Amino acid sequence: MKALHELTVAQIQQQLIEKKFSSREITEHYLNRIDTLNSDYNCYITVDANGALTAADKADQAIAAGSRAPLLGVPIAHKDIFCTKGVATTCGSRMLANFVSPYDATVVSKMKVAGTVMLGKTNMDEFAMGSSNETSFFGPVKNPWDVETVPGGSSGGSAAAVAAQLAPAATGTDTGGSIRQPAALCGITGIKPTYGRVSRYGMIAFASSLDQAGPMTKTAEDAAILLNSMSGLDHKDSTSLDTTVPNFTATLDDSLAGLKIGIPKEYFDQRLDTAMADAVQVALAELEKLGAKLVDIELPNSALSVPAYYVIAPAEASSNLSRFDGVRYGYRCEDPEDLEDLYTRTRSEGFGDEVKRRILVGTYALSAGYYDAYYRKAQQIRRLIKEDFVRAFEQVDIIAGPTAPSTAFKFGAKTADPVAMYLEDIYTIAVNLAGLPAMSLPAGQLENMPIGMQLVGNYFAEQKLLNVAHQFQLATQWHTSTPTSLKG
Amino acid sequence: MQWETVIGLEVHVQLSTQSKIFSSSPTAYGADANTQADEVDLAFPGTLPVANKQAFKSAVMFGLAINASIEHASVFERKNYFYPDLPKGYQTTQLEKPIVGKGYITIPCSGSGDSKKIRIHHAHLEEDAGKSLHEDFLGMSGIDLNRAGTPLIEIVSEPDIRSAEEAIAFLKKVHAIVTYLDISDGDMSQGSLRCDANVSIRPMGEEKLGTRTEIKNLNSFRFIEKAIHVEVERQKDILEFGGSIRQETRLYDSEKNETRSMRSKEEANDYRYFPCPDLLPVIIDQKTIDDLKQAMPELPEQRFERFQSEFDLSAYDASILTELRQTADYFESVVNACQDAKLSANWVMGELSAFLNKHDVLIENSPIKPEQLAGLITRIKDQTISGKIAKQVFEMMANGKGTADEIIEAQGLKQVSDSGAIETMVDGVIQNNADQVAQYLAADADKRKKLIGFFVGQVMKVSKGQANPGQVNQILAKKLNN
Repeated sequence: MKALHELTVAQIQQQLIEKKFSSREITEHYLNRIDTLNSDYNCYITVDANGALTAADKADQAIAAGSRAPLLGVPIAHKDIFCTKGVATTCGSRMLANFVSPYDATVVSKMKVAGTVMLGKTNMDEFAMGSSNETSFFGPVKNPWDVETVPGGSSGGSAAAVAAQLAPAATGTDTGGSIRQPAALCGITGIKPTYGRVSRYGMIAFASSLDQAGPMTKTAEDAAILLNSMSGLDHKDSTSLDTTVPNFTATLDDSLAGLKIGIPKEYFDQRLDTAMADAVQVALAELEKLGAKLVDIELPNSALSVPAYYVIAPAEASSNLSRFDGVRYGYRCEDPEDLEDLYTRTRSEGFGDEVKRRILVGTYALSAGYYDAYYRKAQQIRRLIKEDFVRAFEQVDIIAGPTAPSTAFKFGAKTADPVAMYLEDIYTIAVNLAGLPAMSLPAGQLENMPIGMQLVGNYFAEQKLLNVAHQFQLATQWHTSTPTSLKG
Repeated sequence: MQWETVIGLEVHVQLSTQSKIFSSSPTAYGADANTQADEVDLAFPGTLPVANKQAFKSAVMFGLAINASIEHASVFERKNYFYPDLPKGYQTTQLEKPIVGKGYITIPCSGSGDSKKIRIHHAHLEEDAGKSLHEDFLGMSGIDLNRAGTPLIEIVSEPDIRSAEEAIAFLKKVHAIVTYLDISDGDMSQGSLRCDANVSIRPMGEEKLGTRTEIKNLNSFRFIEKAIHVEVERQKDILEFGGSIRQETRLYDSEKNETRSMRSKEEANDYRYFPCPDLLPVIIDQKTIDDLKQAMPELPEQRFERFQSEFDLSAYDASILTELRQTADYFESVVNACQDAKLSANWVMGELSAFLNKHDVLIENSPIKPEQLAGLITRIKDQTISGKIAKQVFEMMANGKGTADEIIEAQGLKQVSDSGAIETMVDGVIQNNADQVAQYLAADADKRKKLIGFFVGQVMKVSKGQANPGQVNQILAKKLNN
């Protein structure tokens, strides 16, 4: 029999109902594991043991009373970017290290309604700005596959928590790859839905037009289960989509026969390590065996996505982060002399270097005389990138390729060179600019480190992505592979 | 040298919606500090704005009232700057695609019956900021965010205004329009209508505009007028001594009656406007606009015209009565109840307005309700009381003594029109004033006209003012002349 921490969400759901164990038992089991192992990986910023046990007991009572809330009693972790009422919400920053939210994010309240038990809040790059988790004020998360390497970012804490089996599933957010890249580097499954599918209310904004939340899980099936509960129109978010949410689990078993998968030649150019390229080709061949047809496509403006992103995202961030001024909540410098001093020192001391870098870049891009050259131009490029995808989806059902250019890299390897770090998201960023759904799933290994395959879908095509990923996972074992460090 | 004053105004009007423009907090004025601000207004992390539909309807109605084009897809932008009463660090406003496009407002020209069009560049929706409080905090500042997020329309005029008086006429017209539309209470004392004035001067006949200064945050008609006057004088002094005007923002100090520099153009913020990514463009279809057009209430100009044609009022009376919607509403209620427009106009503009001014009461809060005033006018018309007694009754109504009829009854103020009773009184007066009678009889016709007043006064005194003055005159003349 599997240990409790080895179970998927689907299995936990089933066994809770069958009363094989209680929500309290599995919650305590996870809390004990976190107690023992979190210091190895630094996945959690906050563990809410009391809150979790209270919620677990309530869930057990509800189960006994016959309630069938979809995720009743299932423990999960939330990325510390989601506001949680009464629980610290830091966004990985000194700026919010003392901040306790007075309200729940819509994602958090929806997951509560679904019956989940929150174990705690996971570590992340400060304000979600980073691809390695090295910008967190609370120290970097370590990749459970090799603690010398990064877990990816910014949802590195969530990815590592699932990989290290310190949570069966977690929420993440993705502005330029922040769900998919850490999922790839930690060997788990993660989906970034269509922009607007999941409410952004209560999710601390990095770049509003790009941010999107999604689940990070062991399997595509679990991702579908969680996404069912996370999605839906929210009247508190004007950019939330007013469209029916399909049942994402209903189509998992559809056949892939005749599925056309586009392979963008730009994603397999010289920048991609050949061993990585080979591994992804093997995974694609697996999909062919399942009946899919591979079609070569072009996304000619791909190369422009990183520069366009690094204008738009910092521009929005520079404005979104203005509210952190030391006046109403969060960090405030000691003994400010006057208003100017309050602002200057609060923000100089409260934000880390990467956040400051992006605020400066964004402020510059929006400033008088530069707006047309940077921000407006970037928005024009954004439209071209979107049109590339629209054209591609006239020919194919989904697009596939690598999630990241390499497997997890060593700490410090890219910190001195921001551009090298930014290129970490070269395959993921265009998807955010276009607002499309995309996911990453484990698709191979290189020197015992996981490789992620990215699937990109047309607007609202999460069902198709999850279906393909699930079929792939039925045929392969990459997603069940766990870090050797856990086996001791 | 002869100078021409050139003024453009930016008028901020708070919309009287139930809730704020981007949150569900109430907008009511005067609550305890920070009790009408929720997590959105306080800009807590993760919060998002949702646009208030009613604010858009109000803005569209304003646009229709000033003959403007309506933007079908208006866009909110962020205006970024740091200030403690601006919780998000940016104001959500409109720049490139404001809801209301070009239009115009007609103002009367002072001293003549002519009118003048002031062009409106555009009007846009935006959120108000909170308030910084600098007193009572021992050298610190307090922040009250109740006002943060109150919907505003900012109305930006072209530089078509040529004097402080025209500026006031323009503002009064804006005030009338927004209150007639019932989209704002227009209460300047509570900051519901505020204005910044861009002021420059140029030699008469010159076409090129002079360098302007912007005078900030003027919140009463009187201060606006004074501020413009002193600023124009200041600019004249500089230019006439060969100096030049600095483009800058200036604050008006009402205590010293002067403007002083707040910040220069160089010190001005770079607001880094960009479209707000949290709000999609707001789409307003033609049907919504047409529906609002159908449902538009009567506007000040229409009412001004109607008061002249329907009630036969002079243009002057009609303009006074329609300047404030509340006055016009009050007047119309009085006319409807008493059916005498001329008397109603006289009483509303005369006795009532004097009383309200004296006690600093708004007409909508008048202790004398329109039906009461109409009741009084009815009794004047049917000669139950004289105009003089009516003033006493008015005073008593104002003091809450009841309706005109109740007061007339209780105080026995009914006019005496019984000719027998008046004759008795006249006879008494003639008997008791033999000297004056002799003087009268000795006088010529011209003098007699003057002297008869004495007798009328005496009779009225005897009757405690209740004798019908017409009858008194008639009977006196008959008796004395015989």
